[in-house]
Amino acid sequence: MNNTIVAPTIEYGTLAPLLLIFGAAIVGVLVEAFAPRYLRKAMQVPITLLSIAGAFALVILQVVSGDVPTTPVAMGALAVDGPSLFIWGVILVLSFVCVLLINDEGHFVASAAAVPGSADEEEAERSGSAHTEVYPLALFAIGGMLLFPAANDLLTMFVGLEVMSLPLYLLCGLARRRRLLSQEASMKYFLLGAFSSAFFLYGTAMIYGYAGTVSFAGISQAMATGALLDPLLLLGFSLLAVGLLFKLGAAPFQAWKPDVYQGAPTPITALMASGTLVAAVGALLRVFWAGLGNLDWNWRPVIWVIAALTMIVGSILAITQTDIKRMLAYSSIAHAGFLLVGVVATSSTAAGNAISMQAILFYLLVYGLATVGAFAVVTLVRDPGGEANHLSRWAGLGKRSPILAGVFAFFLLAFAGIPLTSGFFGKYAVFTAALASGREAGDSLGAWMTGLVVVGVVASAIAAFFYVRVIVLMFFNEPAADGPSIAIPSTGTVAVISIAMLVTVGVGVFPEPVLQLAHNAAAGLFIR
Amino acid sequence: MSELWLPIIMAVPVLGAIVVALLPKGGDKLAKQVTLAVSLVVLALTLVMAFQFPGAAGDRFKFEATYDWIPTFGVHFGVGVDGVALVLIALSAVLVPIVVLASWHDADGVKTADGTVVAPKRSVKTYFSLLLVLEAMMIGVFAATDIFLFYVFFEAMLIPMYFMIGSYGGAQRSYAAVKFLLYSLFGGLLMLVAVIGLYVIAGKQTFMFPELVGVIQDPATQKWLFAGFFIAFAIKAPLWPVHTWLPDAAAQAPAGAAVLLVGVLDKVGTFGMLRFCLELFPDAAKAFTMPIVVLAVISIIYGAIVAIGQTDMKRLIAYTSISHFGFIVLGVFAMSQVSQAGATLYMVNHGFATGALFLAAGFLIARRGSPHIADYGGVQKVAPLLAGFFLIAGLAGLSLPGLSTFVSEFMVMIGAYSSTASGSGAFVVAAIVSATAVILAAVYILWMVQRTLNGPTAEPVKAFKDLNAREIWVMAPLIALIIGFGFYPKPLLDVINPAVTSTLTNVHVDNPAIAEKGAGQ
Repeated sequence: MNNTIVAPTIEYGTLAPLLLIFGAAIVGVLVEAFAPRYLRKAMQVPITLLSIAGAFALVILQVVSGDVPTTPVAMGALAVDGPSLFIWGVILVLSFVCVLLINDEGHFVASAAAVPGSADEEEAERSGSAHTEVYPLALFAIGGMLLFPAANDLLTMFVGLEVMSLPLYLLCGLARRRRLLSQEASMKYFLLGAFSSAFFLYGTAMIYGYAGTVSFAGISQAMATGALLDPLLLLGFSLLAVGLLFKLGAAPFQAWKPDVYQGAPTPITALMASGTLVAAVGALLRVFWAGLGNLDWNWRPVIWVIAALTMIVGSILAITQTDIKRMLAYSSIAHAGFLLVGVVATSSTAAGNAISMQAILFYLLVYGLATVGAFAVVTLVRDPGGEANHLSRWAGLGKRSPILAGVFAFFLLAFAGIPLTSGFFGKYAVFTAALASGREAGDSLGAWMTGLVVVGVVASAIAAFFYVRVIVLMFFNEPAADGPSIAIPSTGTVAVISIAMLVTVGVGVFPEPVLQLAHNAAAGLFIR
Repeated sequence: MSELWLPIIMAVPVLGAIVVALLPKGGDKLAKQVTLAVSLVVLALTLVMAFQFPGAAGDRFKFEATYDWIPTFGVHFGVGVDGVALVLIALSAVLVPIVVLASWHDADGVKTADGTVVAPKRSVKTYFSLLLVLEAMMIGVFAATDIFLFYVFFEAMLIPMYFMIGSYGGAQRSYAAVKFLLYSLFGGLLMLVAVIGLYVIAGKQTFMFPELVGVIQDPATQKWLFAGFFIAFAIKAPLWPVHTWLPDAAAQAPAGAAVLLVGVLDKVGTFGMLRFCLELFPDAAKAFTMPIVVLAVISIIYGAIVAIGQTDMKRLIAYTSISHFGFIVLGVFAMSQVSQAGATLYMVNHGFATGALFLAAGFLIARRGSPHIADYGGVQKVAPLLAGFFLIAGLAGLSLPGLSTFVSEFMVMIGAYSSTASGSGAFVVAAIVSATAVILAAVYILWMVQRTLNGPTAEPVKAFKDLNAREIWVMAPLIALIIGFGFYPKPLLDVINPAVTSTLTNVHVDNPAIAEKGAGQ
């Protein structure tokens, strides 16, 4: 008997970005505990921004040095492959700009424990106190986002899911204005999120029952030799899918999204709409492609239906919205549907899969940045009581503030997928991947994939209607006499909007460099 | 050197648009002058290019330039012109400076004689900047030899037009702008599916049009892809029953934008049918000829009848255009040299004639502040010049012999009548039925002319001033072109015919008829 315990090997160099973010988050917690109140913000902001920038630099370094691992690291717990590194880069860029938004004044409650409308609250606001805990909380969430799509087994993925979600539940409830709405959002998100986590965990257990392991390599191996119609496997797959699709906000698990997006402080909404979505898509892809790849005859029809449903539900319900953040939430649901089209577009060849992967990665980057940009604009249109989120308040914005309205209109056109914006190429890439996948699969499946693309096109046309409606409001309607004021944007917000705008325009005209980047990242596909 | 022509012609208006947009506040007059100058430069360049066209190198497409744009998707920035594209680019280049002059005060805010504000003041810079962006895209869409590039321009050009209608149009402008955008966008998205399908199925890793001709052989595939393209073009053209956006958009758009919308943007639809639907999917085009010809004939008759009933001048002109687009589509799908050359000529002539009609109506409306025919009467006595131009433009609209539109309408009908393509019996019927539209055209035009120009002078009309120098400069070139090409269409036909021949070769139709037969009047 060999009773010695072997010390695990940890590839610190490869995991450096992840470790840096978590380390900085812990330092942030220590700052909260030991630094005097007046110093905290001054310390937290640089810690947060520098750690994110540093992690991004480490990711870039790894890519540039060509040092992308070909086997899982940390005893098989994490797969830092090409797609992971791309997704990490995207998440880090998105979270950097989101932290710039978080850093702006007036989004977060002065004292979360004070009852809304009470004297305590007034007192806290007057004394200028603030919850600087948002920075370490955001860092933990970002760390979770990095862990979630890179996990190489279901348990690590669950840990990533929780580390990502728990801080977000809390952050959602910290809005400075309309606090009851914010707290309601937080509560809803927490309850439904906990529920979906339970689904995920239950699914993990089922899969373990089937395969005897939770690692994707093991699951895949078990399916290659074992029965594919085992009830444990099918149940496990369904439960996992529910948990993941919930995070993505795919129909019919989309109900939380509008409420949460509306209630949460707008910078946190931006972080969820961009970072969480990217992480969730990454994780979903890994589970379905790397873990359950052999089951594609079973899951492709399911995801087909969900993709179609999500696109249609998101687009149609968005039409009836009167709140700008709710509208963007439904728009995000519709975009989750477009991304799912890419997930369905698998192929029997590695090259075919790489095309679909490339499309999804490209889509994530351009959609994420346009979303953050749009929410950054939302933070600037204000009433005395906070942000002016009702659509009617946006009437005539184009007259009062043509540049801001023009920028917002451009983001909307990108969401609608009008050519010469980045969004167009995202949609184009995904649709091309889907048709190519159907073409390869042959007649009946080919027709189904074409059908999905047609559904996507119809949904795009419907979606265009509500994007255009906002443009009509801003440009073709007369401004109201007591219209909202446009806040003077801080340097951070200007930077966020400029970066998002530059990428949306630049990639809209010359998508090739980013496509190449996504191509290189996708070429190796997932490792197991 | 020759490969730089088209990129330069497209770049000049883009640069102009940026300059105009960046002009300091209060530089409205300067913005107009710069726009006019830029559009005249584009016109001059285009004319020089057009005169070099017959001798230029290249088989069918001349002045070709191809650069890699998105190698990952096989997309090129590929431009080049054949005869059809050339005359349509020339049409755009001629119309833009005219529209600039005609729109001189459109964004300034309009007040009628009795002081009511018809249109509030808007940003002048933005209007003219959009106009130049639109010009670049109109030239690009006709010049594109890469199907993806064509699609990009096809969709992107909606946006400037959308803002021109929505921000500068009449009372119902936002409704009209949204309707216009959504109809076109929907068609465009269907076309996008077909474009992707073409790329995936062809498997050539390229979007260059010449390399994709004749690649798709499977009849069923051809039909699906054809449908995707055709629906987009039918909405754009527009053909009955997807025409309803046009009267709204044209009636609400400022007169200058309406000219470009009906005169050029809609031609992209018929141009696309001729270039892409026919040549990429010849078998499908033949298979669908009958239903399409039926739609075309319905458009011809329906547009004409509904036009008679209109009380709003701009709506009336829009409906006449629907009738005319029916003729163009009939000519395209009759698959004979004469009919297709006639259809192409029709596109150009219709641009001039309808442009003149819209602009003359715009001058009337600017004076009276009402688009309703009933609000006019006896204009002839107070503003003879305006009335005269309006009359000539109207007569061009009803294809009076001696005016350019007659030549093209006659060519389409004779080409359809004598077409030897399969199903020629139906073309004979179509030609005969559509000939009745000539009578209907006389009704709608002459009745409008009678109610506006003749009769007792209405009280508010008495204050009308006749055309000023700027307005004469707007109308005179168009009227000259209408009359000039009415008597001597040969220069246009000489350019158009070889392109149509190669189209027909790609569609595998042999038609011994030569264009001179129809044009020899």
